Amino acid sequence: MKYFDIVVVGAGPAGLAAANAAAAGGGSIAVVDDNPVAGGQIWRGGPQQQSDIRAGAMWAALQAAPNVSFLPHTRVLYAPAPGQLQVQTAATAGSAGSATTLHFNHLIIATGARERLLPFPGWTLPGVTGAGGLQALVKGGYPVAGKRVVVAGTGPLLLAVAATLRERGAHVVAIVEQAPLPALARFAAGLAATPAKAAQALRLFAQLRGIACLRQSHVVSARSNAAGVLDAVRVQRGKSGAEQVLDCDYLACGYGLLPNLELAQALGCATTVHHGQTVVQTGSWQQTDVPGVYCAGEGTGIGGVDLALVEGRIAGLAASGQTQRMQAALDERAHWKKFAARLARAFALRPELATLAADDTIVCRCEDVPHGELRAHTSWRSAKLQTRCGMGPCQGRMCGGATEVLYGWRPDAVRMPIAPARIATLIATADV
Amino acid sequence: MTSSATTLVLTIDAHTIDVPAGVTVAAAIALACDGVALTRRAVGGAARAPLCGMGVCHECRVTIDGRAHQLSCQTLCAPGMRVQTLGGAA
Amino acid sequence: MNDVDAIVIGAGIVGAACADALSERGLRVAVIEHDTAGGGATAAGMGHLVVMDDNLAELALTSYSVALWREVAGERPQRHEYSNCGTIWVAADEEELAAARTKAHTLSTFNLACTMLSPAELYAREPQLRPGLAGGLLVAGDGLVYAPKSTRILLDRAMRRGAVTRRARVTAIEDHAVVLDDGARVEAQHIVLAAGTGSRALLPELPVQPKKGHLAITDRYPGFVRHQLVELGYIKSAHASSGDSVAFNLQPRPTGQILIGSSRQFDTVDPAVEPAMLARMLRHAATLTPALAELNVLRCWTGLRAATPDGLPLIGPSGARRGLWLATGHEGLGITTALATAQLLAAQMQGESSVIPYHPYLPHRFR
Repeated sequence: MKYFDIVVVGAGPAGLAAANAAAAGGGSIAVVDDNPVAGGQIWRGGPQQQSDIRAGAMWAALQAAPNVSFLPHTRVLYAPAPGQLQVQTAATAGSAGSATTLHFNHLIIATGARERLLPFPGWTLPGVTGAGGLQALVKGGYPVAGKRVVVAGTGPLLLAVAATLRERGAHVVAIVEQAPLPALARFAAGLAATPAKAAQALRLFAQLRGIACLRQSHVVSARSNAAGVLDAVRVQRGKSGAEQVLDCDYLACGYGLLPNLELAQALGCATTVHHGQTVVQTGSWQQTDVPGVYCAGEGTGIGGVDLALVEGRIAGLAASGQTQRMQAALDERAHWKKFAARLARAFALRPELATLAADDTIVCRCEDVPHGELRAHTSWRSAKLQTRCGMGPCQGRMCGGATEVLYGWRPDAVRMPIAPARIATLIATADV
Repeated sequence: MTSSATTLVLTIDAHTIDVPAGVTVAAAIALACDGVALTRRAVGGAARAPLCGMGVCHECRVTIDGRAHQLSCQTLCAPGMRVQTLGGAA
Repeated sequence: MNDVDAIVIGAGIVGAACADALSERGLRVAVIEHDTAGGGATAAGMGHLVVMDDNLAELALTSYSVALWREVAGERPQRHEYSNCGTIWVAADEEELAAARTKAHTLSTFNLACTMLSPAELYAREPQLRPGLAGGLLVAGDGLVYAPKSTRILLDRAMRRGAVTRRARVTAIEDHAVVLDDGARVEAQHIVLAAGTGSRALLPELPVQPKKGHLAITDRYPGFVRHQLVELGYIKSAHASSGDSVAFNLQPRPTGQILIGSSRQFDTVDPAVEPAMLARMLRHAATLTPALAELNVLRCWTGLRAATPDGLPLIGPSGARRGLWLATGHEGLGITTALATAQLLAAQMQGESSVIPYHPYLPHRFR
């Protein structure tokens, strides 16, 4: 059992900003993250390694604060009772891992987002990853030097991924963006409202000179060599619809971001639909409708690092009772929410992306359930019962993002545990 | 080979390799074969590799020190670690 | 839905089995279900096919039904995900071992293959069991199916014979008729109430009480256990008529996952998983298979069993309405006894003789 005044779940920009803001309030604060290192996805590799100086500054401040603890390798599994979270640490060398119950007065959910991956023939081949997925792997030391990579999908993330890959010595064959040029042009024009973002975009374009950028294009299939590993992708290009084969060693393909809502839903927080996406409903101080529980960052709507930082700050100030310092942050949040709206509009998914799967294309990767079996069902629930789609260890996170686009299904209510849990951890509840 | 402050030695299936300290097990598997890290066998038997890189998809599951279903993308390498891929038993 | 001979309320395993049996005898059947077929207690349960001998009537019903399952599932075992894994009843001490011998004797009078196991023989088959056990009893004919699929198979068989299904909620039962939530009234000679714990909403006087159970399923660990494992102390907990209890029940699914049960609570219909109850059930399971504690659980859920005061189901004329038959109240043996239930019901409806006496399960025993 551990007691904290404030628990922050997620050590990405929103979580770190929340902890940083709350620290001055003097209460005890824990920042919990399932990764070995802080930073979430945007600051993957650690806050000290980032070119964004805010990351390093925030981390240094948190290290210096005596009332802030960082709990890495730690995954939240469920709430045994209000004001409590059951967590487990990963088994590492020499340790079986442990379970404990965190008791808190205030909880800030900053669990970020994951990628939406859509199925197409060959997407399960070794060598096909998410776009952010390959970037995350590479920041963990995954070797790409000298490898040919196609970066595909949608969103500004593709540019950041391509830049990271180039820095690590990969040969980026092409960037394949499904959004059409007019939408991208409007988004680019809108960057005038956020000069720092515009500058970032220009830097990225400079880093990406010489890489073919295809628009209104998408990967239709991936092909393997005799060893069963990816060796090429087939791309449908632009308005003409002409197909092109690109030889590659990796395909980093992601179709936008989805908020990680499971913890908020497990705690009973109300959700709402915003820009076509289900998000956690929050009030002006980032509070959810569950007393003492706040949500900040991608969970309230995909909006990028700047929105995450300011929402985290507001939640941290609110949870620690420092509301008198909030006004500047509230103004800043409004500004970044408009950016988030422009993002959602520009990178909306074209309907063709829902039609790529063939009957034998696997949709549920955990249980190998193909599109042909799933499309006969009229609901997530009936499909799950009859095919096992969604019953695997990812608990429907990967296939849920796809089945929503392919069949229009909404997943079931979330049940505990929200991640695979060691039985020893579940037993430990009895000791509370 | 012995581990030093900046590198460490671990075993991946039959291979013993030297990796920089601070890399993930997923990275080490890729380094060991100089290619895509094959991690687990799907229900239908096909080999799979890491997909999401962030502990969500569970494709990167391997057996570490005898413990099955560990997420290699979220596990840092440690000296002397024994990793088994593709469901292989020791 | 005109010219229907029998309306079955509920497309769980029991309703589906009844639709199958009645359509096989040439009746025109309509099945009314408000949610997805096999989505209630059928989906929540363990899908085990197990012979139980707490009393003669239970033994007759379960052994008859398990034999029917071996035929039905044996035809297409992969479709049902049927496994003939058998059950080992685990004896923790000499008292439980004596109970095992009694059970072996009883089962063999029904010609059911069973083998007493010494401790060495027990550990040779199930090395994950904790040391210090007294032995066990292997019942080789037991097995399991994946019940939602079996439900679908039985319904599809009925539909190939002309049965129809309708997605609706029954709001009232009248003589030879049902009223639906859209206001429609459908008439038939026979109405079969097979709605599990939902049956009481339609007939409040039914002697059926919900008994909540928790379950958990692990990731794939093939070979961790090879047989369904149940403790002989199970009987003590399962038939407590009040209060909460847990019992040791592990099941190796054909996927390699381990399904863990069981628990019983009388005082709640809240479907939420209760962490403390789950913890208690898992802690108890881990006392018998210690390495279980290191395995990963992927999902936990609950279900509501429909329990009668004497632990036997209600199969026969209801008496509350003309033309109304009951096929409900199966507690933890719904999957096991679904096929026999359907045969006994069909026999009564058609005035045929039945393979086993149906008298012990008649609803009028509670009037």
